[in-house]
Amino acid sequence: MSDPSTASIVSTPPATMPTEAGSGAPTNAGLPESAKQQKPRGLLGDAWLDLRRKPLFWISAAFILLFIVMAAFPALFTSGDAVNGALERSRVEPSSSAWFGYDVQGRDVYSRVIYGARASIVVALVSTILTLLFGGAMGIIAGYRGGWVDAVLSRVADIFFGLPFVLGSIVILTTFNGSGTDNGEWTIMGLVILSLSVLSWPVVMRLMRSSVLATKEADYIVAARALGAGTGRIILKHLLPNCLAPLLVYGTIMVGSFIGAEATLSFLGIGLKSPVVSWGIMISEAQNYIRVSPFLLFFPSAFLVTAVLSFVMLGEAVREALDPKLR
Amino acid sequence: MRVSKRASGALAVGAAFALVASGCSSGNNDGGDTGASKDGAIVIDGTQPENPLVPSNTTETGGGKIIDWVWSGLVEYPNNGGAPQNLLAESIDTSDSKVFKIKIKQNTKFHDGTTVKAESFVKAWNWAAYGPNGAQNASFFSDIQGFGDVYTEDPDGPDGPKKAPEPKAKEMSGLKVVDDWNFEVTLSAPTAVFPTKLGYSAFMPLPDAFFATTPAEFGKKPIGNGPVKLVAWQDDVEIKLTRFDDYSLRDKMKIKDVTVKIYQDDTAAYNDLLANNLDFQQQVPVSSLAGDKWKTDLGERAIQTTVPSTGIIAFPIYDKRFTNPKLRKAISLSIDRQAVTDKIFFGNRKPADSWANPLTPGAEPGNCTACKFDVAQAKQLLQEAGGFQGKLTLSYNADASHKEWMEAVAQQIKTNLGIDAVAVGVPTFAVFRANINNYKMTGMYRAGWQQDYPDVENWINPLYVTGGSSNDGKYSNPQVDALAKEASAAPSIEEAHKKFAEAVKLIDQDVPTIPIYFSGEQSGHSEKIKKLELTNVGELDITSVEL
Amino acid sequence: MGRYLLRRLLQLVPVFIGTTFLIYWLVWSVPGDPFAGKCGDRGCPPNYRAMMTEKYHLDDSIWVQYASYMKNLFQGDFGITFGGREISDIIATSYPNTLKLAVVALAIEAVIGLGAGILTGLRRNGFLDNLVLVSTLFLIALPVFVIGFVLQWVLGVKWGIINPTVSNEMRFSELIVPGFVLGSASMAYIARVARTSIAENRRADYVRTAIAKGLPMRRVVGVHLLRNSLIPVVTLLGTDLGALMGGAIVTEGIFGINGIGRQVLRSIVTKESATVVGIVVVLVVVYLVMNLLVDLLYAALDPRIRYE
Repeated sequence: MSDPSTASIVSTPPATMPTEAGSGAPTNAGLPESAKQQKPRGLLGDAWLDLRRKPLFWISAAFILLFIVMAAFPALFTSGDAVNGALERSRVEPSSSAWFGYDVQGRDVYSRVIYGARASIVVALVSTILTLLFGGAMGIIAGYRGGWVDAVLSRVADIFFGLPFVLGSIVILTTFNGSGTDNGEWTIMGLVILSLSVLSWPVVMRLMRSSVLATKEADYIVAARALGAGTGRIILKHLLPNCLAPLLVYGTIMVGSFIGAEATLSFLGIGLKSPVVSWGIMISEAQNYIRVSPFLLFFPSAFLVTAVLSFVMLGEAVREALDPKLR
Repeated sequence: MRVSKRASGALAVGAAFALVASGCSSGNNDGGDTGASKDGAIVIDGTQPENPLVPSNTTETGGGKIIDWVWSGLVEYPNNGGAPQNLLAESIDTSDSKVFKIKIKQNTKFHDGTTVKAESFVKAWNWAAYGPNGAQNASFFSDIQGFGDVYTEDPDGPDGPKKAPEPKAKEMSGLKVVDDWNFEVTLSAPTAVFPTKLGYSAFMPLPDAFFATTPAEFGKKPIGNGPVKLVAWQDDVEIKLTRFDDYSLRDKMKIKDVTVKIYQDDTAAYNDLLANNLDFQQQVPVSSLAGDKWKTDLGERAIQTTVPSTGIIAFPIYDKRFTNPKLRKAISLSIDRQAVTDKIFFGNRKPADSWANPLTPGAEPGNCTACKFDVAQAKQLLQEAGGFQGKLTLSYNADASHKEWMEAVAQQIKTNLGIDAVAVGVPTFAVFRANINNYKMTGMYRAGWQQDYPDVENWINPLYVTGGSSNDGKYSNPQVDALAKEASAAPSIEEAHKKFAEAVKLIDQDVPTIPIYFSGEQSGHSEKIKKLELTNVGELDITSVEL
Repeated sequence: MGRYLLRRLLQLVPVFIGTTFLIYWLVWSVPGDPFAGKCGDRGCPPNYRAMMTEKYHLDDSIWVQYASYMKNLFQGDFGITFGGREISDIIATSYPNTLKLAVVALAIEAVIGLGAGILTGLRRNGFLDNLVLVSTLFLIALPVFVIGFVLQWVLGVKWGIINPTVSNEMRFSELIVPGFVLGSASMAYIARVARTSIAENRRADYVRTAIAKGLPMRRVVGVHLLRNSLIPVVTLLGTDLGALMGGAIVTEGIFGINGIGRQVLRSIVTKESATVVGIVVVLVVVYLVMNLLVDLLYAALDPRIRYE
């Protein structure tokens, strides 16, 4: 986001004039009483209308689309070989024939970065989605129901949260991925996703729970309940939209941190491994050569940062569109 | 064999060989300033010993190094890798390589002031060999007559429900104390190499104090008989050693204090070395090796040496896909070892071309014809062997830096033979080793061997003889077994070496494993140290240090 | 409030038991013989393995092992390692180091993260906002080992501003950079969450009312806005101490700190269940207490939340 033009992209009102908060939105959204008369799609529809007008959304969406296409059809971007190398090309610097140079095994870094998008994006995205769904659901239930349900769920979350991340991952991954077995590409990815999600959901749950706790006493919820709205309706139409914002912000950041976590697991030798190619693996492979061949670290890191940036910017845009208070 | 226990990043270093005087010493003949040396103190790097420091129960480098300094054995291995020489032994005599009469130097002292006597050896060895004591080095005493009576095997393995039966005897019948300074060792079969083994840490003497307490208590503040004594051991922080002033053997200390600072990470140690906060690091980290940066960083303080240790990839011959020697040879011939050592190890290790490490006495250089790089012959042999179906996995333990070279080897097999070879990392050494011990490997796997004592025997019997302690691939060739047996029983070392050479020729036909590289060691020292030597296994010889 | 506290304290008991059992079971189920890797490539003699297996009761079922472990634990006995070290010693030497590092990291992330979050939350879309956004993104996106390695190399070795490694005395000045590295990712989260929260609450009715009442801006921000916006931040900070302590493995390794992260990693690798559980037990206690404090702080910070 070093581009100065992005500074003006976010169409929020000037900070000194909070009273004009509603001016950016075309409809009279934001008032729960009116939202109540629409179907759930109406809220998303509003958000969509709002989003469409934001360049920030389009730029980040374009990047994400690019990465997703890259993940799905890497062959569109490169005809090179990401897996096979030749030692005579070991650590050859970037040149016109190989834009990003060759790594220590003599593999084309450009091809690897392209093919690496798949594992990195899939692992981070799927883990994030799983974590958000599960942790979010638990958080809503715990926060909304309160009482013993809250107590039990919170304690279960505590148990999982008490587990240090690396410890848990090591155990899950060594148990299922250890014993010299040669699991396929998708199995390894599934295990990494599983361990990331299993160990991260309590954070989301706590975040969601505290949001729900803060929101559920709000006037509009009390009003909705007084008007006879059912639990499901209150959760879906009132609680969820109002509690989604911090979750989305956290979620977008989580995509990035999961890419990093995946790298850390690879760094410790328990995460993704050959024949899978991922940015995390590339970064951890590069660190021994940081002093002589910094480009090996630079290119995967650059892709990783760009991807993270795109997700966070998208999250930002969606959040502002979704949050009635910010319209 | 000791294993390096550094948690991450370390090369699997351990053993070394070579006499290395530091670059700085070239200017003045005796090296340092005796005044500075006399009360001098140095700080060197180390790792936390895994177990209490008991010589026969230490198999890793962190503790092994300390043991080597705190104890002095019957024989010592010269730093230049030559034949072993008597240290504490006055003489070791034999006429038939079966009965050895050992006479020790009189009135040498343990650090607690008691005298080292013949009995100190005999009792120590009996303790180590006695099965229920569970010493990790127990198998070193298996040559001695009566070992079978004190060491009983669990009939159904350690995992089975039955327990090992109580041994018949507590002491080996082959050990006999003659008087305070003489004892006699009778072996169950003639073994020419036996005196050579006596310098290994398992054969160190123990003071009476050891038997008055528990090994765990003793090992926290061990009492040895070496040139330095242990002052204090603070777990995970440092081990302080100081000169033993009553030491009367050859290798006396020239400086006074040595602090072994325990590092969790070799990069941290390296940074201290660069900042002159650390006086010696045995192996600089991998990240400093790339592009020979360590040489620019350290300048004259860099020490390059070779160590008698070989990187090997082994076959599970119990898997029927690997029973054909032609296939094994084809795979071996398809690997360009020169490229691997040049590109992955930056020339710091050498391509392997012999079965025993050439630094070992009795080893013949260049006797591995299967270690050549010959793609045409490899392809032809593969065809004759009927090709290879399916995926060929090359496993390594991912908790040490083996990934790069294993991947490079897999890539070459793939490129040159068209076999679908892939390097697979197993997360921990424990899991990796458990699979190997239980004969559950389904593909090739990384192995490594570093000599315990300098003789070619140590490279043949444990690795390639049926039932050998580290013959994990279950390689078995009756002719090799017969020749190795003859060689071990030969009346002299020279004849033993000749027989072993014949056995190696047969091994070379069968290619039970693939030697890949000979290890090197890259050490560094501070500006403070004016002179130092490394031992035959690449450890710092602290008695040689001058300031 | 008193009853709530009591209930929460009682709830700690099942969590404590649940976590310790989970850890025990997980480490127990890691494949591999704990003694298989002890003797290097040679492998250990069977007698050694048999003796150790018997000595540490590794033949017993996990239930028996866990029960006897807990029994000893309640008597204050953490057990001994396979190498014969008292585990309580390991905990006593490594814990304070990690705690110091984590506290420094927490302080750094609270000060910088919160400061950046408040500033950007109040003045969104300015140059500062974008600068903070970009730098937080970089911190999040780069794995800890890369940040640590680069900072250590540049600051410690190249420029010589800091000691590349932390000495055994663990001086505060030496811990600033490792603390920054450890807390970097959390710092970025804190900044982002604080920014979002403040930006949202700025538009809340009570702020509008406060401004309309003519309260000075400082009071509006300091009392009304911050107090309400800090709730999610406090959640993160409170739970982070435990996470920082448990997550310090990489940082401790890079800067050569003898902390629990390294001990845990080493113990997992060598299958020292008792050491892992011992260290984690203390971690869990820290975490549980922090959680309780966080929940109590909610009530203090947000009048809308009431515990009964």
